[in-house]
Amino acid sequence: MAAATGQTLLEAKGVNVVYEPARGVRIWSVRDVNLTLRPGEFVGLVGESGCGKSTLGFALTRMLRPPAKLQSGEILFDGKDISLLDGEDLRRQRRGGFAIVLQSGMNALNPVRTVAHHFGDILKAHERDGEDVGKREVRRRGTELLDKVHLDASVLGRYPHELSGGMRQRVSIALALALEPRMIIFDEPTTALDVIVQKAVMQTIKDLQRDEGFTAILISHDLGVVLEATDRLMVMYAGEIVEDQPSRALGSGLHHPYTEALLRCYADPRADEIDLGGIPGTPPDLSLSLAGCPFTPRCPLAEDICRREDPPLTSLGEGLAACHVRAREASSSPESVTTVRQAQAPSTPDTADSTEARHGQ
Amino acid sequence: MANDPTGNQPSAPDDPQDNAAPSRRPIAPTDADATVVRQRTSLSDGERPHRSDAKRAEIAAERAARDAPGARRSDVPALAISHATKIYKARGQGRGATVTAVDDVSFTIEPGAAIGLVGASGSGKSTLAKLITGSERPTSGTIRFGDIEVNRLRSGGLRDYHRRVQMVFQDPYGALNPLHTVEYTVMRPCQNILGMSARDAVRRVHELLDIVGLTPATQYASKLPHQLSGGQRQRVVIARALACDPDVIVADEPVSMLDVSLRAGVLSLLGRLREERGLSLLYITHDLLSARVVTDHILVLNGGRVVESGMTKQVLQHPQDEYTKRLLDAVATPFATIRPSIDI
Repeated sequence: MAAATGQTLLEAKGVNVVYEPARGVRIWSVRDVNLTLRPGEFVGLVGESGCGKSTLGFALTRMLRPPAKLQSGEILFDGKDISLLDGEDLRRQRRGGFAIVLQSGMNALNPVRTVAHHFGDILKAHERDGEDVGKREVRRRGTELLDKVHLDASVLGRYPHELSGGMRQRVSIALALALEPRMIIFDEPTTALDVIVQKAVMQTIKDLQRDEGFTAILISHDLGVVLEATDRLMVMYAGEIVEDQPSRALGSGLHHPYTEALLRCYADPRADEIDLGGIPGTPPDLSLSLAGCPFTPRCPLAEDICRREDPPLTSLGEGLAACHVRAREASSSPESVTTVRQAQAPSTPDTADSTEARHGQ
Repeated sequence: MANDPTGNQPSAPDDPQDNAAPSRRPIAPTDADATVVRQRTSLSDGERPHRSDAKRAEIAAERAARDAPGARRSDVPALAISHATKIYKARGQGRGATVTAVDDVSFTIEPGAAIGLVGASGSGKSTLAKLITGSERPTSGTIRFGDIEVNRLRSGGLRDYHRRVQMVFQDPYGALNPLHTVEYTVMRPCQNILGMSARDAVRRVHELLDIVGLTPATQYASKLPHQLSGGQRQRVVIARALACDPDVIVADEPVSMLDVSLRAGVLSLLGRLREERGLSLLYITHDLLSARVVTDHILVLNGGRVVESGMTKQVLQHPQDEYTKRLLDAVATPFATIRPSIDI
């Protein structure tokens, strides 16, 4: 894995995305997001529906379409600001740059074209100068890519409707790999799939990420799936990133109260006693500008300051969190917090190993 | 149909629809039965029986009796599925090709019980739900609700059956008409099935919204579906299912499209309804965690067959079947064992 080399692949600064319909209210969907991704990192982005996680994913790959608009902010991909690129310049970035895998392979594939045709489209549209991608080359590359997602070459001749949901999703992953991107965003890649198929597709994504070494962002509402797969977790709430931690650190220590509430929504169905928590209330209306911390109305820890000031992302444990109360607690007793964390954290930083360890528990 | 009247009901003894529910109007009235109703209330002949004042009064009385504090449903029959099999013709695979969606499944939902049907997609869960709600007929086998044989019901009988067995679907976004307010949506079954007047129906809508936790009801009643969150929409769908005061709710993946943060709320609502109103619940899901929370018994389906069944906790803690084990393995709960250490 190419992680932790210290370089930066993607840096987003002050990203704001607004939905501005011709009629109706403006929705301020992504609010002042800053993030930095290193090459080879596998990052999870979680949050409730409507928190802006997909919108952020679209913004980072320049896929926003009206009424969504990148209001402000810089997106530096490999040091180059892609937020201002358009047309041909942007299209050129797709080869060896960034790709996105959407939720439903069913909707992402053209129903009247064979799988081979999809590969042909992509490969031909991004031919390099002097390159001529013919039928044979499409077959060769298609077979190779399908093999990476564990599909047989016979799939090339088939139409999307002839494939199962899991196979379609594998095809769209293979298509995303076609241009050898350095970053792939997976937007809810397994949500529409059956549990058993979901597990298998997630395994393929994990293996690919490890073998190919691309940077991946996994967007999902399912914290369980994200924690099993990723190295690093970002939690979004009301358009803001409220927590950014190594995934393995989520099992212990103090976290943003929203993250803690999300964790309480999961349990092992085999446990002796199950006390499933929910999060009372609903996320705030993003058409409004928010005063203070957006989670305040649903937060069990809320204090006066939370209503007045939106907390910045500050250091908490091994990562960052945006919470006044947690920041104060962490600064008053840093000792106890780190001890708990070290005791619980798996010793090796390698994801595959730590996942195994958790399974074994 | 059942040829063996129980004799509990003071209607004509040769009424084949006569069932074990003394205070209930029998499902699918025969002519003889309708005559009895009319004689009692001397209604005009032209009035459609299902909207008659007699029925309205009867249902109201029944509801009053049931809603009385501490009232339990003693007159609710069990829903018994026996050797149900459903074979579909397979398309595009040559003549005579078939798909066996449900294969010889038998179980009984006792009044007040909560049964879970779990399995991956294609295991026959939803087909079984369709058989139970009467939207498909089994190829062989029977589904009985007391003395009623569901697969023989025709439109009128089916309508009355649906008053007692209601369905909650997976997609709260698709299950509500986007152009109708919550009040209208929940009012329709009150008027159409219970035959309530508009004024009574509105009052009932507000009661129902209170029950499902959409309070203040007046505020939610005038909203359109797009103004509600997924969890709130699913509560509206549940309120609509409760509108005609059913005995059984068949819930097909009711929380799988909701955010995890909202699931607990809907699941505890289902549990509460069962406890307070004595509803029976057939809970269909691939999500073993929610099945564990909601149900007492589960049946694990694979390829249309029941591969394992028993007390939910027992089955999940000590799965015997390979398929059940695979389902359990697919549940992503990496922090299940660490979770108790997190405490606010």
